[in-house]
Amino acid sequence: MSQAHRPDSAGRGDIVVSARNLTKKFGDFTAVDAISFQVRAGESFGLLGPNGAGKSTTMRMIGGVSRRTSGELAIMGLDPDRHGPEIRAHLGVVPQQDNLDQELRVRDNLIVYGRYFGLPHSYLRPKADELLEFAQLADKARAKVDALSGGMKRRLTIARSLVNDPRMLLLDEPTTGLDPQARHILWDRLFRLKESGVTLILTTHYMDEAEQLCDRLIVVDKGRIMAEGSPAALIREHSTREVLELRFGSERNAAVAAELGGIGERQEALPDRVLIYADDGEAALEQVSGRGLRPLTSLVRRSSLEDVFLRLTGRSLID
Amino acid sequence: MSRQTLGGTSRKQPAQLPVLSGRPLASLYAGNVRAVFARGLKATWGSNWAITASGFVEPVLYLVAMGVGLGSLIGTVEGPGGERIGYANYIAPALLAVSAMNGAVYDSTWNVFFKLNYAKLYEGMLNTSLGPLDVALGEILLALLRGALYATGFTAVMGVMGLVTAPWALLMVPAAVLVAFGFASFGMGVTSFMKTFQQMDWISFVMLPMFLFSATFYPLSVYPEPVQWMVQALPLWHGVELLRQLSAGAVTAATGLHILYYLVMILLGLVLTTARLRRLFLS
Repeated sequence: MSQAHRPDSAGRGDIVVSARNLTKKFGDFTAVDAISFQVRAGESFGLLGPNGAGKSTTMRMIGGVSRRTSGELAIMGLDPDRHGPEIRAHLGVVPQQDNLDQELRVRDNLIVYGRYFGLPHSYLRPKADELLEFAQLADKARAKVDALSGGMKRRLTIARSLVNDPRMLLLDEPTTGLDPQARHILWDRLFRLKESGVTLILTTHYMDEAEQLCDRLIVVDKGRIMAEGSPAALIREHSTREVLELRFGSERNAAVAAELGGIGERQEALPDRVLIYADDGEAALEQVSGRGLRPLTSLVRRSSLEDVFLRLTGRSLID
Repeated sequence: MSRQTLGGTSRKQPAQLPVLSGRPLASLYAGNVRAVFARGLKATWGSNWAITASGFVEPVLYLVAMGVGLGSLIGTVEGPGGERIGYANYIAPALLAVSAMNGAVYDSTWNVFFKLNYAKLYEGMLNTSLGPLDVALGEILLALLRGALYATGFTAVMGVMGLVTAPWALLMVPAAVLVAFGFASFGMGVTSFMKTFQQMDWISFVMLPMFLFSATFYPLSVYPEPVQWMVQALPLWHGVELLRQLSAGAVTAATGLHILYYLVMILLGLVLTTARLRRLFLS
């Protein structure tokens, strides 16, 4: 075997994904438009963006199952176009849609998947039990996949992605479609993985998920990177400390917004409410009252990633 | 063990992954056909064997109805070596080819169609270190195994009915496996283009006339010459002729050509299937 073709044995902090002007076109459509970013070992890195932003396409390129149109991409130091199987051997993949093997039972799903990596049964048998324990599915080992709830299937998919001790875990919208309990259990499991040093790369359009799990993230829209940084830094950079939400009734919101000029850093009139971005929300509310305006309801809250996201990617509906 | 130690224990005994670099076709083939094949066996185990058996029973029913029933009216016909043989002896090897074909096609079309479009099985497999050629070969071998089982069973039925006469006839089983291999490899390639159930019906639309008109029940010479050329282009005719020649021990240069036809079909099918899997999941 040639040493040059082994993935770098990266320590914590080394660069495991490096993309420069990474581009993917499908015919005339540019899904990913010359994006550049790096991910370090042990980091939890998020791709945030609306549907159709190019998140999944980027993930598929990192996963070595989609060839880039142009630009440079190195995964653990290897070019995925030439070393797809070696790269995939060290990745765990949790796809957007569960693709568990419906014809096999829960535990066999883990063992058979491990066999695809060429791992021996002697390694896989204890590993499967350990992973079932981790995914809180030990009592379902003999169950059929069909009989599992959505949250259980998701946990089994994550357990399956860990069977080869991946250096990097790729999660494409890991909690979409799950109820709040199932999401929190899943976040807890992912957080444990992060603590144990696994590099996580995830896409999501849930802001709370990104804030919970990501050390650093990029906001992508229409195939381009709109912003990059930690959740806290992004909020600092692209929003104010607090947001004042005022409701004057659907008919009046727009009209009232015109009278709010100068309060806070900026205002935004939505159909259902008016937002005032200010570092001190209570002070802004007093100013509103001082102008004789009486909102039906008012709420002061801290700025969230959602404010950043909507500011950067716009509010129009993307289908 | 406690859940918290997952990371810790995993790091202590990391998975010993096989080294893949430096192999020929490294991006297409990981040398792990076995895992795909074993998965297929495990999944088929305990599934509905009644459906499985129906594909085997069909040619047996034809053999009884046509060979024994209709054959009593027909008497003897001219065999591949020019000698007179019973009608059942005439159609039995042809139906053996059909049996092998049915077995191979069952797995490589409908089963593959479902795994491809609904179960997303191959998508999951190709997220691992498996290459498209591993997946194609594993699935084709599985279809081939079903074809071989059908063919062996059918040969046994022929033996019981006293239709196995020449020692050459023992070669019918490996020859039937060759036929199954050809159909399995090509069938999976063709299925990879199918997106809807309506399109899958086209396969039946091709298979039935091919079964009826590939000189299965009567010699090719009944057709006008242009039709003869058409039939001779189809794979089943080569399988029928190959097995008929072996059953009578009438092995000639033509036998070699029929074998060559299947070798080319297998190779083209493998190239097509691998290219399609690559295009569908790794592009």
